[in-house]
Amino acid sequence: MRLQLNKLFLALSVFSALIGLGFLGWILITLFVKGLASMHLSLFLNDLVDGGLRNLIVGQLILAGLAALVGIPLGMVAGIYIREYGRGKYAELIRDLSDIMVSAPSIVIGAFVYAFAVAPFGGANGFAGVIALSIMMIPIIINTTDSMLSLVPKELREAGIALGASKYRVILDIVIKAAKVGIMTGVLLAFARIAGETAPLLFTSETSNYFSLDLRDSFPSLTVSIYNLANEPEKSSRDLAWAASFILTAMVLIINLVGRYLTRHKK
Amino acid sequence: MPVMNIKKFSFTYPGVDHPSLKSITLPIKKNKITALIGPSGCGKSTLLRSMNRIHDLYPGNKYDGKIELLDLESGKYRNILEIKKENEFIELRQKVGMIFQKPTPFPMSIFDNVAYGLRIAGIKNKSELSDRVEAALKGSALWKEVHDRLDKSAMGLSGGQQQRLCIARAVAVKPEVLLFDEPTSALDPISTGAIEELIVELKNDVSIAIVTHNMQQASRISDYTAFMYLGDLIEYDKTENIFLNPKEKQTEDYITGRFG
Repeated sequence: MRLQLNKLFLALSVFSALIGLGFLGWILITLFVKGLASMHLSLFLNDLVDGGLRNLIVGQLILAGLAALVGIPLGMVAGIYIREYGRGKYAELIRDLSDIMVSAPSIVIGAFVYAFAVAPFGGANGFAGVIALSIMMIPIIINTTDSMLSLVPKELREAGIALGASKYRVILDIVIKAAKVGIMTGVLLAFARIAGETAPLLFTSETSNYFSLDLRDSFPSLTVSIYNLANEPEKSSRDLAWAASFILTAMVLIINLVGRYLTRHKK
Repeated sequence: MPVMNIKKFSFTYPGVDHPSLKSITLPIKKNKITALIGPSGCGKSTLLRSMNRIHDLYPGNKYDGKIELLDLESGKYRNILEIKKENEFIELRQKVGMIFQKPTPFPMSIFDNVAYGLRIAGIKNKSELSDRVEAALKGSALWKEVHDRLDKSAMGLSGGQQQRLCIARAVAVKPEVLLFDEPTSALDPISTGAIEELIVELKNDVSIAIVTHNMQQASRISDYTAFMYLGDLIEYDKTENIFLNPKEKQTEDYITGRFG
């Protein structure tokens, strides 16, 4: 009886796992087939206005990169604060808020940023996009930093203090070093996550058909352009959307794999 | 002349009504090993952790009484419970080092581990650093095993080696007192033997207080033994007297294994 129950549950688990994996495989295969079919070297050399994706890829990377530049240090410092310095209710509050923020719908963040960084300035701009992506990134980084630091045994901190080091020295020299690989992985995964976001950019930086480095104006974005292109009636546009989706997925996948490789490499 | 004098010292953890240590008076004698023994929860670790004020990492503790540390240069005592300034804490912890139960190598090279306290103390000169690191590793009987891989990560050492590395790290800053908090309870018998030998050797240079659950260990290596129970110091005497001829009934019951 127990053995049969065991088998039943095993079968159920395998079945559910297969459903999840099946859909994932379906998505990836479709992306691969359709994306690869539309893939062409010229996509990387021309901008969208000339039927390529160059400006979109560069724009997406700039938006995500700048957001990381803002979000990583802020998130790390906040994470270090709540784990190493914060005591009692205040730190708990930040931790809870950050937990909630991680699961906040990204479209809401986009709308929020629209209200204070787009509407008052008369139109979409790259800065607003960077702000929205940073807001998404900060709580993820806070949570990773917090949980990775919590894995560092307190004896290690005490040993540093016992050698005469001040608290901030112990944190900088020892605690962060001990948690480094975990934090780096978390940062990369957070980056991968925001690099593929559409909703926060939809209202904020929108997108552009032209190559641009000017954050004061609407800014080229791969994800938002996929959204637009997929709604166009022409087949060429939709093929372009497939190619863009393929490139985006490949980018995110590579960042993810690097992150995972780093953790594995540690052991 | 004791190197440390604990006088009527009481200690209460935050959020607790009753004190964990009640008016403890105990000397730590110079170049001797003092063992603190007693059942779990008796306060021996709390007492040890007060002697370098590592407790201050976690605010809210209440102290009473005095813990005096002898300044070897001036010959005067200083109450370490009065210390408030950062630089005085650094000085205190360089004079009173600590070894923990679990080995605590830092995630850096073997050399940098031993040099850590020296660098904190402001020693930057490279040849002085490497001389002191070498001396400390030799003094901890680790030099032979690691001299050709000083730049390798300390995390790759065995548990016993890591613990000797931690001792080297503490010895490198030339402390006056070393506090050992059950330093061998996470180690195998052979590593334990090596550490015990090392501790006995170290007393030529430093004064030692050691918390241990292992009564054989206390009787093997210590000169003086303090038996504690529920926050009270029940008996303090020469180790041989405690183990062969205890004055208190409670001490006798504990060392003969009737409770604890």
